[in-house]
Amino acid sequence: MVEPEVYREMGLNDAEYAQILGILGREPTLTELGMFAVMWSEHCGYKYSRPVLSLFRTYREARDKGLLENAGVVPLDERLGIVFKIESHNHPSAVEPFQGAATGVGGILRDVFTMGARPIASLNSLRFGPLEEPRNRYLFEHVVAGIAHYGNCVGVPTVAGEIYFHPCYSGNPLVNAMAVGVVERDRIASAAARGVGNPVLYVGSATGKDGIHGATFASAELDENSESKRPNVQMGDPFLEKLLIEATLEALATGHVIGIQDMGAAGLTCSTCETASKAGTGIEIDVRRVPLREPDMTPYEIMLSESQERMLCILRRGTEQAVMEIFRKWGLNAAVIGQVTDDGMVRVRDNGVVVAEVPARALTEECPTYYLETQEPEYIRQLQSVDVLAIAGQDVTTSTDVLAPILADLPEGREFQPVHPHDATLLRLLDTPSIASKEWATEQYDSMVQAQTVALNGADAAVLRIHGTSKGIALKIDGNGRYGYLDPYVGGQIAVAEAARNVACVGARPVALTDNLNFANPQKPDNFYQFRRSVEGIAHAAEVLETPVVSGNVSFYNETPEGPIFPTPTIGMLGILDDVNRRCQAGFRPDGEGDLIVLLSAYEDPTGGLGGSEYLALVHHTEAGPPPRIDVAGEKRLQQLLLQSIQDGLFASCHDVSDGGLAVCLAESAIWSDTGAAVLLNPNDFPASLPVPALLFGEAQGRVVVTLRTEKQFATLRTRAQQQNIRALWIGTVGGTSLRIALGPTTLLDLPVSLIAGVYRNALPRRMHAPSPQNRTGETP
Amino acid sequence: MSAQGTSGRGSGPAVRRGPKFAVIRFPGSNCDQDALHVIRNVLGRPAEYVWHRERDLQGFDVVVLPGGFSYGDYLRTGAVARFAPIMDAVRAHAERGKPVLGICNGFQILCEAHLLPGALVRNTSCRFLCKYVSLRVENADTPFTCAYSEGQVLRIPIAHGEGRYVCDEATLQELEAQRRVLFRYVNARGELTPESNPNGSMGSIAGVANARFNVLGMMPHPERASEKILGSADGRGVFESLVLSAVAVA
Repeated sequence: MVEPEVYREMGLNDAEYAQILGILGREPTLTELGMFAVMWSEHCGYKYSRPVLSLFRTYREARDKGLLENAGVVPLDERLGIVFKIESHNHPSAVEPFQGAATGVGGILRDVFTMGARPIASLNSLRFGPLEEPRNRYLFEHVVAGIAHYGNCVGVPTVAGEIYFHPCYSGNPLVNAMAVGVVERDRIASAAARGVGNPVLYVGSATGKDGIHGATFASAELDENSESKRPNVQMGDPFLEKLLIEATLEALATGHVIGIQDMGAAGLTCSTCETASKAGTGIEIDVRRVPLREPDMTPYEIMLSESQERMLCILRRGTEQAVMEIFRKWGLNAAVIGQVTDDGMVRVRDNGVVVAEVPARALTEECPTYYLETQEPEYIRQLQSVDVLAIAGQDVTTSTDVLAPILADLPEGREFQPVHPHDATLLRLLDTPSIASKEWATEQYDSMVQAQTVALNGADAAVLRIHGTSKGIALKIDGNGRYGYLDPYVGGQIAVAEAARNVACVGARPVALTDNLNFANPQKPDNFYQFRRSVEGIAHAAEVLETPVVSGNVSFYNETPEGPIFPTPTIGMLGILDDVNRRCQAGFRPDGEGDLIVLLSAYEDPTGGLGGSEYLALVHHTEAGPPPRIDVAGEKRLQQLLLQSIQDGLFASCHDVSDGGLAVCLAESAIWSDTGAAVLLNPNDFPASLPVPALLFGEAQGRVVVTLRTEKQFATLRTRAQQQNIRALWIGTVGGTSLRIALGPTTLLDLPVSLIAGVYRNALPRRMHAPSPQNRTGETP
Repeated sequence: MSAQGTSGRGSGPAVRRGPKFAVIRFPGSNCDQDALHVIRNVLGRPAEYVWHRERDLQGFDVVVLPGGFSYGDYLRTGAVARFAPIMDAVRAHAERGKPVLGICNGFQILCEAHLLPGALVRNTSCRFLCKYVSLRVENADTPFTCAYSEGQVLRIPIAHGEGRYVCDEATLQELEAQRRVLFRYVNARGELTPESNPNGSMGSIAGVANARFNVLGMMPHPERASEKILGSADGRGVFESLVLSAVAVA
C-alpha cells in the first residue's frame, strides 16, 4: 500500500496517483512510482505549459506531424543544417552554482550532438540579484566559473551572452544555456527505438546516486529548505563529455546506430520510455547491466539518477562489438543493457526479476494536461498609468558621494568633476552592472576554440564562419525582464524583436529562434497570466519577423519566499550571412575620423522609451510606465534596410539602441574603437513633449545608430530609408578623444572616451573586488 | 568591412610537399583540429593526426602538441599526458634535433615531460583568461621564429587558466643568457609593462625553447591567429618559420 505522503513527496497529486492506478490496474512499485513522478513533472511532461506552447505555430505543426525531434534543424545550405537549443538550469544553480551552471552547459550540448551535430558554439543568459549582496556575488562568480570550467574543457567556444542584475533574482538566479551545432542534413540522428530485437547500448559515464529527482526539484518553488536539495544537483565532467562528443559522432558515422538519446532529466527512465514511445515499440533493460559507481544502488536509484555524460543507443543487431569498440577506444563505458521489444512496455529487471513494467506511452503521452486559470495582476494597470514623462522631467543632482566610488580606481577619475548637466548620469549608467562591460565574465570563457569565431570590434551578435562554406551564422541571446514585468505581451515581443535586430546589425538575416521561458509558479493565476501573455507576444513577433520558434524550454517555479521573478523570456536568435565577409561591427572605425553618424528610427514612441528604462530605475528609483512601444512590422522594415545596406558595404559600423538609450549606444561604439564623437541633436527633430533624458537615455525601440564614410553614402541611405518609411537623421561625426552630445546650443554631456571606457570596464571588477589580473610587481609570489 | 582568409576545412590551397606535420591527439585535446586546419588549409602543407596510443613518429618532420585539456588536466595540467605511449617517440624526435612545438596544453606537457625547463602554474588572477595579447619576438634566429624579425610585435590570443611560467633563478638566467625566451608579453607598443603580463609569468615569458632550439613551448595560440577573419594572421609566422627552416635544412 503506497501512502499518500510518498507520492506527494515525489510531486504527484491524488488525482494523478488515481490515474496511475487506472493505467496499471494495480498499485505501482516504488520504482514505477518514481518513473511516473519524474515523467509527469512539469520539467519533463510540460503539463501546465503545453496548451500555451501550442501558440507557437512551428511547434504545433511539428508536434501534430510527429516531427518534433527534427524541428530544431535550420537549413544553412544544400548540405548543412544548424541545430540550436536552449535550456535552463536555474534551480540547481541557486543551490550549487558551479555544478548547476556547468551541467547546464553539458546537458544542452548533449541535446545537440545526439542529433549528430558537432557543437560549434555556446551562449548563456544569466540573471542575478544585485552584486552589493555577498550571496549574489558568490552565485555570479561561481556560475561564471562553472560555465567556464565546462565550456573551456569541452572545446566549444562560449561566444555570446547577456547578464542582468535585479533584486527580483536574489535567491533565484537564472542560468539559461544555449548550444549550437552543425549537422549534415541527410545524417540527422533519430531518437526512436526502432527494430524489435535490436540491442540497447548504454555508453558514457557510470551511473551514480547524484541528481535523483532533479526534474522534480526543478518543478517546485525554492524555499529555505532548498539548500538541503544540494545532493539533487548533478556533478559534471567536461572531459568525459569531450570524449563522448568525439565517440558519439564517430559511432553515428558508421551508420550502425538506429536511435540515440542523451540521458538528461529523469535519466534512464526518460531515455527508455521516450525512445520506445517515439517508435511505438517497447524496451526491456536489466539495471544490473548498467555500469554503476556504487554497487549497492537500488533499481529506483538507477532509473532516476541524473548522472551526467551518459547516452542510450539503439543499434542495428550484430554491430554491438564494432560500436562498443569505438566508445572503448575513447576510454568510455559501453554495455548492452537490453533490447527493443514489440509490446509497448518499458520493462525494468533487476538481475532478471521484473521491478517495473509500465506502458511507455503512459509515461510520455498520458501525462495529465492542465488548463490553468489566468488573471491580470493588479499592479500592471497601476504601474502603466504612472506619468514617466513628468518624473523624467524633474531635476536631479548627482552628489559627489555617488560618483566617487565609480571614479576612484581610475587614474583620470580622481580629478574629474562633472561640468555638463548629464555627465554624471551617463557615467552612472555605464557603471550599472546590467549595462557595463561583461568582460570580467566573458574573458573567463574560451570564445575562440575551433577557429570559427569571427573577430569584430564590438558587435551586437557573435559571428561564426562555417568551415567548408563561405557562409556565416550570427547568434544572439536577449531578454529584458523589466519590460515583461510592466507588460508581459510587449516584453515578449521586444525580446524577439531586439534579438532579431541585433542579428541584423551584424549583417545576418534572422531565420529562427529558441526560447527559454522563465516564470514563477504557474498555479497562481497572476503568474500564469504573465506566462500566457508573454508567449502570445513571442508568437506574434516570431510570426511577423518570420523567425519560427524551433525549440525551447520552460522553467516555472522561479520564486522564493520574497516573491516571484520578473517574467523573463530569453530569446536565442539565429541569423545567416550568405557571405561571411559582408558583415558589420558595432564599434566606430578606429581610423574613422569624419565618418557620419546617423540615427535610424523605424517608428515613434510617445514616451520616448522612458517606461521601464534603466535610467528611470537608476536615477528616479522608478520601475513603472508602459514599456517602450513596439511595432513589429516596423522592425521588419528596419531589418530589411540594415541587411541591404550591409550587403552593399554602406556602413562602417552599426549598433542598436537598447538599454541606456542613445547615449549609452554612442558611448559603447566610442569605447570599442577608442575614438570619440561629436553629436548635435536638432531640437526640431524631436517632439517638444519629450524631456531631455528621453532623448539621451530613453529606450525607444526600432532604432539603430550607423556610421558611413561619405555624404554620398548617406544620400543613398536616406533614399532607401524613405522608401522603407524609416527616418534617417544625420546627428554627428566620428572623431576626437571625447564623446560630446549637444541639443541645439546646449552641451548635454562631454566626457573623455578614456574615462567612460574606464568606468564601463571597471564596473564589474570593482564590485567583485577582483584581485588584480596582473602581477604588478613582476615578481613571483 | 572586409576580411580575407575564409578558407574552410578542406577548401584551402593544394597541399604542397613537405615538411610533414604530426598533430598529436590526446583524449581531451581540443585545439588539434584547429592546428591541423591551419597547417593543411592555410599553409597547404601535409599534416596528420597521431593518436596518443601510437608509439611511432617515423616519416614526420615536425611534431605539434596542441592545446586542450589532455586527460581532463586532472591531477595537474599535462601531468598525465607525459606518460602517454606517444611521448617516448616525441622525446626521440626531439633528441634527433627535429622540431617539436607545444601550444598551451602542449607547452604544459613539454614542461611536465622535462623537454623544457620550468613549470606552468595557476594565473595570478586564479581565473581562466581568454583574450588577445601582444607578444614581442625576442629571438628571430630559430626554426620557430625565422619568418619574423627581432622585436616584432604580434597580436595572438591566449586562453588558459594555468599559464604563469615559473622556474628557478639559475634556470631563468640561463634562459636569458642563451636567448631561449622566444616570446614575451608586452603592450601594443612593444614595451614590457606589468599590466601587459596577463598571467604573472616570470620575466613576462610567453614562450621558451630548449638549449638546441628545436623544442618550443608557448602559451599563446598561433593557430587561432593565422587568418585575418579571426582577428589576426600574426601567428602564421610560427608555422611558416617551421616550413622555411625545414626547407633550409633539406
